[in-house]
Amino acid sequence: MSTKDSIERFRTEFLEARSERQSDEPGWLTLVRTQALERFLDKGFPTPRDEEWRFTNVAPIVSGSFEAAPAGSDSDAAALKKRFQIGEQESHDLVFVNGRWSRDLSSVGDLPEGVAVTSLTDALSEHGDELQPILSQGSGDDTAFFDLNEAFLSDGAFVSVPKGVVVERPIHLIFLSLAPGKPTVVHPRNVVIGEAGSQVRILETYAGVGDAVYWTNAVTQVLAADNAVVDHYKLQRESASAFHVASLEYVQGRSASVSNHSLSLGARLARHDIRAELAGEGADVTLNGLYVVKGKQHVDHHTVIDHQVAHCTSRELYKGVLDDASSGVFNGRVIVRQDAQKTDSQQSNKNLLLSNEALVNTNPQLEINADDVKCAHGATIGQLDAEALFYLRSRGIAQQEAQRILTEGFMADVSDRIRLAAVRETLRGLLFREAA
Amino acid sequence: MTALIEIKDLHARAEGKEILHGINLTIQPGEVHAIMGPNGSGKSTLSQVLAGRDSFEVTKGQVLYQGKDLLDMSPEQRACEGLFLAFQYPVEIPGVNNTYFLKAALNAIRKHRGEDELDAMDFLKIVREKVKLVELDEDLMNRPVNEGFSGGEKKRNEIFQMAVLALKIVSSGVNSLRNDERSILVITHYQRLLDYIVPDHVHVLFDGKIVRSGDKELAMKLEEEGYGWLETKAS
Repeated sequence: MSTKDSIERFRTEFLEARSERQSDEPGWLTLVRTQALERFLDKGFPTPRDEEWRFTNVAPIVSGSFEAAPAGSDSDAAALKKRFQIGEQESHDLVFVNGRWSRDLSSVGDLPEGVAVTSLTDALSEHGDELQPILSQGSGDDTAFFDLNEAFLSDGAFVSVPKGVVVERPIHLIFLSLAPGKPTVVHPRNVVIGEAGSQVRILETYAGVGDAVYWTNAVTQVLAADNAVVDHYKLQRESASAFHVASLEYVQGRSASVSNHSLSLGARLARHDIRAELAGEGADVTLNGLYVVKGKQHVDHHTVIDHQVAHCTSRELYKGVLDDASSGVFNGRVIVRQDAQKTDSQQSNKNLLLSNEALVNTNPQLEINADDVKCAHGATIGQLDAEALFYLRSRGIAQQEAQRILTEGFMADVSDRIRLAAVRETLRGLLFREAA
Repeated sequence: MTALIEIKDLHARAEGKEILHGINLTIQPGEVHAIMGPNGSGKSTLSQVLAGRDSFEVTKGQVLYQGKDLLDMSPEQRACEGLFLAFQYPVEIPGVNNTYFLKAALNAIRKHRGEDELDAMDFLKIVREKVKLVELDEDLMNRPVNEGFSGGEKKRNEIFQMAVLALKIVSSGVNSLRNDERSILVITHYQRLLDYIVPDHVHVLFDGKIVRSGDKELAMKLEEEGYGWLETKAS
């Protein structure tokens, strides 16, 4: 199939999807979809010739003939949900199966007055006025994948926390993909609105099982208004043959505080585009990440931290552990605009290669247009310390166990910063089990 | 009685250069031996070979540990069999908690001996007891292994690990943990050894060979006169 054909088929699918879609969709959304499709058809999928995609080849997605995922059975999904629930701590769970909200599997529970945790399509009627500007704005730099998500967006989560309200328990958004036997795609879209002075913790889990071939093309948009606090985690546990492409965007108001941990373990190919716009003075953002891959997995994080105004702080720490013939990419851009005086920014990417075939490309970038700023960045690629390995072995610890302990130690400064204990424990269990 | 350790005509090389030219040494249970020697005499090569470092190649000879071929064992096997190497400059391991590390080590050794793994409470009891014995600051147990420790704290941490882990033999480093079962081999350049431990046997290593053996009088002579008098004799 030529690239041209593989793009044109999206037009056909778009028209089919439109005729099947509920007629009560607001007119503005139909227009947004159509415009997004046109943008996509215009630019097509990225290739390694595009600077931002140099080391991540999406050809398998382009040629993969992914069809819209059919509805999954709730009983299969129920078993799956159990596997991916977190900890003992009660959370407000919103479950999506093959891109569709599952009312039965979701258990949102009691929420503080005025807080909305619901499916995006349900929210369109009640929260249409809030959603229209967010869904219409496009992305900071629209990628083909963002456009496709907008054109085909099926469902996703809508979380809205009113002014000054604190949501104590975490909100867990669980996206389950059931193996339908042929390659399928879902386009989840999540919107989180934290109004002024609100506080919320959100965990997104993307999961599938075994060798199921599917493609998740997700977009999450988060607005953190003045003084809002958003503590956000994403746990990517897709199947070993899945493709996961996701954009995440934060827009932060004055003194808004956002923290994100991107924990990427699964998928054959995973690409995360994360963008934080510091648009209000005194805002701070923390972007941390951990990617652990093996076999022939490929994982790519592209992050942009955009210091638009003065007195903002950003902290970024990404660590990668790559085994076998896996590969990784970290591209971290920190932009300091002309008005962003007194910016305080630190960025670091550290990689541990456990095999001779593993490969990583790291590229921290600083673009500074203001003169009174404090910025530091750096990147390292290394192997397990032979001295440390011998030291552990000389104390009776077997080689494999010694490697595991050192690898866990390497990841500790990211994993220890995960404030949500259930996520920390889940992660530790996953990594422990995977290495054992 | 089987010797605890028997080194026979040991030759070893690193990076193509022979460093040990035939070492012979027998240590009986409960004995304390010291190997002393000037820089470049082969002290560190000998301790690394005994510990199981693979950067050294043994070209001739053998080492028997309780009658078994020591050189055939992995470093972890040697440790599980009771050999403990105290490092002079132990490595710092960021991210790995000292307690966690030591518990993993002790349980690996216990498992090897066919004993049950210790739970957190029993382990803590041992730690408390041994920390007191070697006068180690207990706060260091909650820090990453050796990270940011002073030189003295690192050495003390080694001795502490030995107190927790080792049964039979210790090589290099200074300690005060002598008993009937435990043999100690101190490999050092440091001539004021006698301030810390009184060896039963003292050996002088020179150019990859033991050129002289004696009792503590030999150590005293080295302390007073240095190694110069050996060089003139050897040449």
